[in-house]
Amino acid sequence: MRFMLLFSRQGKLRLQKWYVPLGDQEKRRLGRELVQTILGRKAKMCSFLEWRDLKVVYKRYASLYFCCAIEEQDNELITLEVIHRYVELLDKYFGSVCELDIIFNFEKAYFILDEFLLGGEAQETSKKSVLKAIEQADQLQEVRAVYLPRPLIPLISQAF
Amino acid sequence: MALKIVKGSIDRMFDKNLQDLVRGIRNHKEDEAKYISTCIDEIKQELKQDNIAVKANAVCKLTYLQMLGYDVSWAAFNIVEVMSSSKFTYKRIGYLAASQCFHESTDVIMLTTNQIRKDLSSPNQYDTGVALTGLSCFVTPDLARDLANDIMTLMSHTKPYIRKKAVLIMYKVFLKYPESLRPAFPRLKEKLEDPDPGVQSAAVNVICELARRNPKNYLSLAPLFFKLMTSSTNNWVLIKIIKLFGALTPLEPRLCHSTSQMSFLFFLSPWLSPSSLSTSNSTSAMSLLYECVNTVILCVQKLRILIEDSDQNLKYLGLLAMSKILKTHPKSVQSHKDLILQCLDDKDESIRLRALDLLYGMVSKKNLMEIVKKLMLHVDKAEGTTYRDELLTKIIDICSQSNYQYITNFEWYISILVELTRLEGTRHGHLIASQMLDVAIRVKAIREFAVAQMATLLDNAHLLTGNTQRNGICEVLYAAAWICGEFSEHLENPMQTLEAMLRPKVATLPGHIQAVYVQNAAKLFATVLRSQEGNTDRTAAQETSQLMIDRLPLFVQSANLEVQERASCILQLVKYIQKLQQKDVEVAEEVNALFAGELNPVAPKAQKKVPVPEGLDLDAWINEPPSESESEDEKPRTMFTREETKHSRPRHTEVDEKELAKRREVRKQEQASNPFYIKSSPSSQKVYQEAPGVDHIPVVQIDLSVPLKVPGLPMSDQYVKLEEERRQKDRADKKKKEKKKRKEKGGRRGKRDSGPESEEDITPAHMVDIVTEEIPLADSEKLPVRSHRSSEALKTMAEEVEVVAPQEAKKKGGKEKKEKKKDKEKDRKVSNGLVNSPSVCYSLRLSHIHQTISDAPTCSLASPPPFRQVCDIQGNLQDGSQVVVSLIFENKCDSFLKAMEFNVLDSLNSRLQRPDGAGPHDGLTVPFQLPPGVSNEARFVFTVKSIVMPQKLKGTLAFIVKNEDSSTHEKLDFKLHFTCTSYLITTPCYSDAFAKLLESGDLKASSVKLEGVVMPFPHLLARICFHHHFSVVERIDSCASMYSRSIQGHHVCLLVKTVSITVSIDAKCDEPSLLSNVLDEIKLTFSQC
Repeated sequence: MRFMLLFSRQGKLRLQKWYVPLGDQEKRRLGRELVQTILGRKAKMCSFLEWRDLKVVYKRYASLYFCCAIEEQDNELITLEVIHRYVELLDKYFGSVCELDIIFNFEKAYFILDEFLLGGEAQETSKKSVLKAIEQADQLQEVRAVYLPRPLIPLISQAF
Repeated sequence: MALKIVKGSIDRMFDKNLQDLVRGIRNHKEDEAKYISTCIDEIKQELKQDNIAVKANAVCKLTYLQMLGYDVSWAAFNIVEVMSSSKFTYKRIGYLAASQCFHESTDVIMLTTNQIRKDLSSPNQYDTGVALTGLSCFVTPDLARDLANDIMTLMSHTKPYIRKKAVLIMYKVFLKYPESLRPAFPRLKEKLEDPDPGVQSAAVNVICELARRNPKNYLSLAPLFFKLMTSSTNNWVLIKIIKLFGALTPLEPRLCHSTSQMSFLFFLSPWLSPSSLSTSNSTSAMSLLYECVNTVILCVQKLRILIEDSDQNLKYLGLLAMSKILKTHPKSVQSHKDLILQCLDDKDESIRLRALDLLYGMVSKKNLMEIVKKLMLHVDKAEGTTYRDELLTKIIDICSQSNYQYITNFEWYISILVELTRLEGTRHGHLIASQMLDVAIRVKAIREFAVAQMATLLDNAHLLTGNTQRNGICEVLYAAAWICGEFSEHLENPMQTLEAMLRPKVATLPGHIQAVYVQNAAKLFATVLRSQEGNTDRTAAQETSQLMIDRLPLFVQSANLEVQERASCILQLVKYIQKLQQKDVEVAEEVNALFAGELNPVAPKAQKKVPVPEGLDLDAWINEPPSESESEDEKPRTMFTREETKHSRPRHTEVDEKELAKRREVRKQEQASNPFYIKSSPSSQKVYQEAPGVDHIPVVQIDLSVPLKVPGLPMSDQYVKLEEERRQKDRADKKKKEKKKRKEKGGRRGKRDSGPESEEDITPAHMVDIVTEEIPLADSEKLPVRSHRSSEALKTMAEEVEVVAPQEAKKKGGKEKKEKKKDKEKDRKVSNGLVNSPSVCYSLRLSHIHQTISDAPTCSLASPPPFRQVCDIQGNLQDGSQVVVSLIFENKCDSFLKAMEFNVLDSLNSRLQRPDGAGPHDGLTVPFQLPPGVSNEARFVFTVKSIVMPQKLKGTLAFIVKNEDSSTHEKLDFKLHFTCTSYLITTPCYSDAFAKLLESGDLKASSVKLEGVVMPFPHLLARICFHHHFSVVERIDSCASMYSRSIQGHHVCLLVKTVSITVSIDAKCDEPSLLSNVLDEIKLTFSQC
């Protein structure tokens, strides 16, 4: 996987993870272009598109788009599964995750992603072990007041 | 001080945390930029404080801002500070920030090396984990090089959590620092059988990714993967393995069967791996081929299920996979035409486009008309111009592919093109136009029909140009005007067309079209004149001239230069003609002569077919070559003292003026008599004529007065009907046809081959081979695991031993070989010789010095030799006096070996580094025990004073052999050979730096000559690079400059040249004895081959 982007229906980036080191400008440019391409697609279209020399797999959960760019030989369906698995992880961790959870606790969202994927490859397929690792790491962390907004629209309940 | 702390914590209370920042941004929607700039100012203040908590908070906020697109690169150093906090809370944030913000050109990355190393070895697994995760995002070649060893150690960490991450990150390390692949591979392979499934799947992941880039090297792992595949239930792992097999099948046909079985299994599961489908070809054995074909048919049927699925995603993937199969097995896909045509109705545009792609490959002579008819229906229905344009281009692509191979009736095609002009707002007018031109020019028999159609188009031009939105389509008028003008003899009513072309409305068309109009009006005028002069009534001809004179001034005023120029030129001409006409002079012939001669197509590659005239040497210099090639030769000469320019320059034949003139003449004649040069293109006409029975089709007269709106059926449909009728008729007199066909086929093939556009003009497009740039290993760095488990490779391995350690090998002579044989047998026994001790073989190939010491004279164990020991000596870049020796011990006997103690007799120059407090003669304990058949690696550090001389160190290895009943002390003597080469470190060097270095004059020169080296030059270079740690700076033909650096910073420069079997190496180095030793070692390497 080359990179993963989470963005809202308004095109606001919520999370980005690049597994290839690129300069900031390049990242911004690619991100913008891809977000626009995906937002331009109709709701009933399939989740895959060919974009530059990559394949893009995306899925919308409630108000949030999850989008991965993979290489030519990679499997689209497994990527879709990766996305779904990640949403499930977020859901388990935050409890009915919604977009605001990810905005306000964006570093947590990153930590979960990092436990799940490493260098663009799935490192742990078991949800339990990922959550366990996160929990234990969290315990190491000093207690911080975490702002938990009331869930607006739980992502998992509305997958498109 | 205390006050400061109190102040700091009070400040903290007022600090914004991340949540406040996010909330603030959300509350300042109107003036976001302003709000953020004040936030950044605050953050800058926070970063100046000593309190690490404040800093971490600031960095966390910065990470968020970075995501929003703000530049935070200025805070890179602060990020490093937070990373190095001892508290996990902050470290975590620091690494997250680094992984988001750092990239290869971030310069502070250099500073992180030691911090990361510290974190990697932290007792807290989460510290290590966080460091690994971060590293995976910003690893640079330098980091990869420096940390490869640490990560490799982590691959054997006790916690699977760390092992898993370490294994995965190794892939990134390999990409950045390919050299690490060799030493790490054995351990990586070990991880395939790790007890933890997570680690196992990580290893599978990494190896599959590696194999995808260079499958050959991993063929030997196939049995292991096969085992994994049959035992694993994890879909994620299975997909990777199937992908791996997919990459391996082209290399190993035996795998095909298992792959197809696997694919079958796979289709039963909800997963689908498209790539495994496309690889089941290219195998030699027929039975396997059959098996594969069966799989493909099966696949296609399964794909049908996918495409019929209501899920858009599956449908899309099904079509995608189908198009992959289509390339190799078009027949099996063609039978699903109905399904694919159905997909054109899908509401998802991307699915429709995929289906279109598929149709392109599916058409045949038989179904072309039908498919295009369906597509035309879709064109009418389609909403949205992009999709319609896509349909239009696809229709044209489909029809025109392979030189109109599938078109049997060109009248039908012209009608289709004319129908397409009715498309509103298309951008592809020029495409239709070029097709019209192409067909009209190349298919002679169609011209009459084409001209009639084009004349109608011109007549109804207002329909096309009436709407400004339809401007794209007016391009077709360009084609229409040209065709009507050029082939005006076919026009039924040229006068009418001429009038149509001179309408005032024409002036609103784009300039280039007007220009064509004017020019072709002139052609038409000539035709009209001729027909009218035959009449007795001269006034008609004069009226025509008057018409021209009346209408042309409009164009003379055109702002377009081309139009203006042509119009004024023609206007003057017509005025002159009119004068002549008034004097009753017959001018028609002369006017026609202006446009006499037929324009014929020339294939784009026709020139290629023109044979080079005898006596013309295209490679010969016309003039004496400029002297710059000499100066190029001179450059190295100044660098290296001795220089022999033995290679002769290509001889240049002197050609005088007369000779040239003669040749030119000959060529002209050759061209004139050459059938390919200007004559008509035979193939294009043939395509039409060869269509069986086209001439006999009774062409229905089309009502030309209302041609653009034929009531009922669109025009092209008539052809479809006709075609059907014709086919029925064909079937009726099949017998007759059969004979004919055979004849025609033969003739056709012959003709096509002789045509100027033969197969070779078309095929290359399909052969584009994409090579990804991210190949982890350069060619010269072939992974040594490549096929080494086949017996052949073992042989070469044995040879390799001799090459690298000649003294040792010679001494041991026959014994050594015997031992090898034994190994070979052993290898064979274990599962077809495919899984055994790769690490040994592996490092054998790599090691610069190594010896097999199992049969050392002091070894008292009679049979089987308990040990194989392989070592690899490598300089340590960080410390100019350190050399790391990695030894791989392999237990080859059936007993347990333990309490191994490694000791070396120190010399004046080299000393084994022993832990503090140990005596100078104490041995080092090897930190592991060896069960039977197990190998492991230990590293020892030596301190070397002078590196200019090679040396040998004697050593002993003491150990205890433990059987069920007894245990005995044993001892092995061995020698470690430190060659000078092992002090060299492959260092890249740019050619300008290289040149500067040579010019500096600080280097001493030396040279060596190798005779009888029969290997290609690239191999030779690769060998030097590989065995002696050089890198190629520049290579020109059979001459190359190479560079390496010793651990103590000596520069070693080589200039390698080869003339037939003689290789001369000129070398420069700041240390003459080091140089001469290195050269001797190079010589030795080559004397063995």
